[in-house]
Amino acid sequence: MTVAAEGTAKLPAFQRGVHPPQGKVFSADMPIKSLPAPPQVFMAMLQHTGAPCEPTVKSKDEVALGDVVGDCDAFVSAPVHASISGTAAMASVATLPNGRHVRTVPIKANGEQRTGEAMIDDVLGGEWSTRGIDAIDPDQIVTATRDAGLVGLGGAAFPTHVKLTRNEKTPIDTLLVNGCECEPYLTADYRLMLEYPAPVLAGALLAAKAVGARDVLIAVEDNKPMAIDTLRRAVRGGEVRIVEMKTKYPMGGEKQTILSALGRRVPTGGLPLDIGVVVVNVGTAAALARAVLRGKPLTHRVVTVTGPGIHQPKNLLVPIGTPYRALIDFCDGLTESAGRIIAGGPMMGFTLANLDVPVTKGTSGVVVLTGREVRQAGETQCVRCGRCADVCPLNLVATKIALAARSKDWLLAKRYHMAACMECGCCAYACPAKIPLVQLIRMGKVQMPRE
Amino acid sequence: MTDKTDKPTAPAGPVTHVAPSPHVGDRSMTTRRMMTDVLIALALPTIAAAIVFRQHLLWQLLGCVGAAAVTEALFAAARRKPWSITDGSAVVTGVILALSLPWSCPWYVTGIAAVVAVVLGKMIFGGLGQNIFNPAMVGRAFVMIGFVGAMGAKAYVTSDPAIDVLTQATPMTVWGSEEFPRLGALFWGNTNGSLGETSAIACLIGGLFLCIRRTAAWQIPAGVLLSASVIASVVDLSSGETMDVLKHLFGGALLFGAFFIATDPVTSPLTPKGKFIFGLGIGSLVMLLRLLSNYPEGVMFAVLLMNGLVPLINRWTIPTPVGGPVPVRKT
Repeated sequence: MTVAAEGTAKLPAFQRGVHPPQGKVFSADMPIKSLPAPPQVFMAMLQHTGAPCEPTVKSKDEVALGDVVGDCDAFVSAPVHASISGTAAMASVATLPNGRHVRTVPIKANGEQRTGEAMIDDVLGGEWSTRGIDAIDPDQIVTATRDAGLVGLGGAAFPTHVKLTRNEKTPIDTLLVNGCECEPYLTADYRLMLEYPAPVLAGALLAAKAVGARDVLIAVEDNKPMAIDTLRRAVRGGEVRIVEMKTKYPMGGEKQTILSALGRRVPTGGLPLDIGVVVVNVGTAAALARAVLRGKPLTHRVVTVTGPGIHQPKNLLVPIGTPYRALIDFCDGLTESAGRIIAGGPMMGFTLANLDVPVTKGTSGVVVLTGREVRQAGETQCVRCGRCADVCPLNLVATKIALAARSKDWLLAKRYHMAACMECGCCAYACPAKIPLVQLIRMGKVQMPRE
Repeated sequence: MTDKTDKPTAPAGPVTHVAPSPHVGDRSMTTRRMMTDVLIALALPTIAAAIVFRQHLLWQLLGCVGAAAVTEALFAAARRKPWSITDGSAVVTGVILALSLPWSCPWYVTGIAAVVAVVLGKMIFGGLGQNIFNPAMVGRAFVMIGFVGAMGAKAYVTSDPAIDVLTQATPMTVWGSEEFPRLGALFWGNTNGSLGETSAIACLIGGLFLCIRRTAAWQIPAGVLLSASVIASVVDLSSGETMDVLKHLFGGALLFGAFFIATDPVTSPLTPKGKFIFGLGIGSLVMLLRLLSNYPEGVMFAVLLMNGLVPLINRWTIPTPVGGPVPVRKT
């Protein structure tokens, strides 16, 4: 394989995968706007992968923007901070889009709320000097990350300080910032890279400093040339490399990003750090810069509200804990033809049945589709065409696993490596018989008895 | 409508649904679309056959498709299952069967072949997607053994010179003799043989269309043609004759079988590697039967035999996940 000159190199993409219609046009040109503070937010006590938090405030306590409202002693956990100023109310239980029932602390707004341009400036704008970063102690970065309640903003919401904590056994050589945003429709990461590249770069350098990585890369899909240009100009010959990735779903899955950008394979059942890589999302990088350089916790995030079922698609800087209804109302509401409301992207997101549930740290977007785009039901028999195997980024044979899971034939499911599936949904997307393949596999993974 | 007030009022605003992800699907490909693709691709060999065999093609086609469709409908009714004819698979089976029959096939033999193809080939296994053997080939094999006279070499030839080609023997029965047609005739299709197999160019173009549409996996015809060419070349070299390779490829049903029969997704393996092995097996068996057996042609038996091996091939070719096998949990 020949390697093209640096800068123009298009990396060989991971094999297989799919090309769903991108739908980014709806919101790609909408600058990030600040959502006015809603009258009430609901701070979920479990917004991350790991142990849930306990509320640290009582009913009727006054809280200011950025105060801790929930915390936990476990290592794999992250505190929750108030995203508006106001009065805490009695903790209640909410059902998040992913089906989890979690405790939430409602906060009723009162007094002065920072909003509009001032809020955006506070979170993303202003100067982001990278000059002093070399002098910062890695432990200090990790501590600041933990205290800021930082989790992966790409969707999985894994506590960031866990990834950044150094481990003598597995030295890290590469820090990969993931700006692929391969989910159709979503443009939150794109707008962030385009409008505010400085905090992303600062966060990348901070994360690299924390883990001791020498190589720092930002990977962006080639359907975002303007973001790539902006980042390259912002880097200006610095030590961060901007790599252009082929546009293909699921390029933003960390195993696929690593394979395509570095040519390394994350072992099945393992983590990127097993092969010396730490991956953080661009939004996480920006939040990391804010946490370390400005000492501010994670209270806001960029959320794309988009799709043909939304009157005015927008990219919004949203207080975490805002009910989805406030986001949709701010975008002039749903159109008559709206058929499905999705928290996250259309390939891996969760359907919303109740608009009063709160946005969490992992919410990257709200996509509203109409009946025209929604995947059709009407399953027919598998004709064994093997298209699911042709598109699986992990080289699995989905039809065998899914049908084995349906009939609870765990031996067969195991023989076809069911546990290796990462549930990206390429198989169900491609299946001509409309068999809910990944859905069946997901069920199977939960139902299979552990020996 | 007078009872309007009794109905529950429609909810205000749009109605949304709840379902697990992915929420979008590839609309360009459905099972019916795949069947339509096959029919489009089969149009070329059908037209080529119509030019050579004229009304004989029409009768066989009508007989096979009609009998297959009626059988499918009756069977669906008997099983109280939905009207499965709309998936198009019975029509595809009918057309492929018709194109694999001799022009002179009597109506009752045609009918029996079509009924057996649908019932024994597909329905008794549980319908589309469940069958092990290629339905059209099951039907053909049944009448091949049951009605030797109607299906044998003599069935292809007539002394009535209304259609010139029909006075010649089929190419594969006169292999090596003076009567063997020239390559040009094999290529364009101006020879005798089963209805759809005569024109190499028609099979090639139709087959390439299927591969480009990815309705057929290219690995299967590639495997068939590769192994057949290699074996034919070896025979070629050892016998000292020339051009045997092309004669083997263009003569008989090899191309028709490679592109239209072997590529049936239901009865071929799942993975690209498995498909290639499957193709290699068919090509080798065809050559084995052509060179060593008493049958002049071996596509049908080769396909059926390899169909039987598909579960085994699938098991041999389970791909290793990217990142290696799932680690065994320590207990």
